[in-house]
Amino acid sequence: MTVQQSDLKLDGNAIGGLLREIFTMEMTAAEGTCSSCGKVHAVGQVEVYMNAPGVVVRCPACGQVQMRIVKGGGRYWLDLSGIRCLEFSSE
Amino acid sequence: MVQETPRVASLVLEMPDWPGHLAGQHVDVRVTAEDGYQAERSYSIASSPEDSRLAITVERLDDGEVSPYLVGELRIGDKVELRGPIGGYFVWRPADERPLLLVGGGSGVVPLMAMIRHRVAINSKTPTRLLYSSRSQDDIIYRAELERLAARADGLTVAHTLTRMQPAGWDGYARRIDLAMLGEVAWPRHEMPLTFVCGPTPLVESVASLMVDMGYDPPSIKTERFGPTGG
Repeated sequence: MTVQQSDLKLDGNAIGGLLREIFTMEMTAAEGTCSSCGKVHAVGQVEVYMNAPGVVVRCPACGQVQMRIVKGGGRYWLDLSGIRCLEFSSE
Repeated sequence: MVQETPRVASLVLEMPDWPGHLAGQHVDVRVTAEDGYQAERSYSIASSPEDSRLAITVERLDDGEVSPYLVGELRIGDKVELRGPIGGYFVWRPADERPLLLVGGGSGVVPLMAMIRHRVAINSKTPTRLLYSSRSQDDIIYRAELERLAARADGLTVAHTLTRMQPAGWDGYARRIDLAMLGEVAWPRHEMPLTFVCGPTPLVESVASLMVDMGYDPPSIKTERFGPTGG
């Protein structure tokens, strides 16, 4: 069976649990500004690929890698260099 | 456990200390094998926030790691590890009075069903339309309940499309969701509807982009993709 890249695409809703582990709060409604194109998307809207050794998050508008998250051996590695600003509720 | 279709079952769970949830949220379910191997998957909550027990609806994927266990081997009294509720984006809050268009494909109907059940439980009159794509009549999840709820004529209408096989005398749609179908089912743009689309990635992307082409405001279209990792 041929697996197409588009079949592997999920969205930010799929990493709501993982992000809650890290940020200890609900994050799918948080809004991130892409460091490449400047567009703002809710975390629930972003493109998510989970078939890599970690999670790769891309901007749905320009395709820029926004986040990479790796969890293993009792540690997290969080690369947010593709997000210029992440805004979320403090409550 | 309620068998919904040959491949899909709902698990009804007693949840002491459940903090409550919003319609559209999901939970992460973790199962641990005897050798300590763990696998975790996300499943949408099917029950209304008002229900005393939590229901999740699971499609059995033959090559899945978690769903064959949940649907086939889990017994009454067994314990499963749940994390949640999760999600704040793909949720419907009844205080939002915009008319609702719910578009679901396959088991993507599950979070939409939580919204429909929530709407009924609180006696909401929010005008709501469900467009639900299944492969065949036997694959329609919650078929009898949807029929019963639509018959109440309280503002909920349900339209089905069957993409692979239709029974004799079928009077619903018989193709993939397209522009013409959305044109017939969707609320007119001036009514400023709120749209939720959930299903496999190709369906979600096709419906969302058709809705944008039709002139609906992109922020009013909320999407959730179910992927092959759902097993």
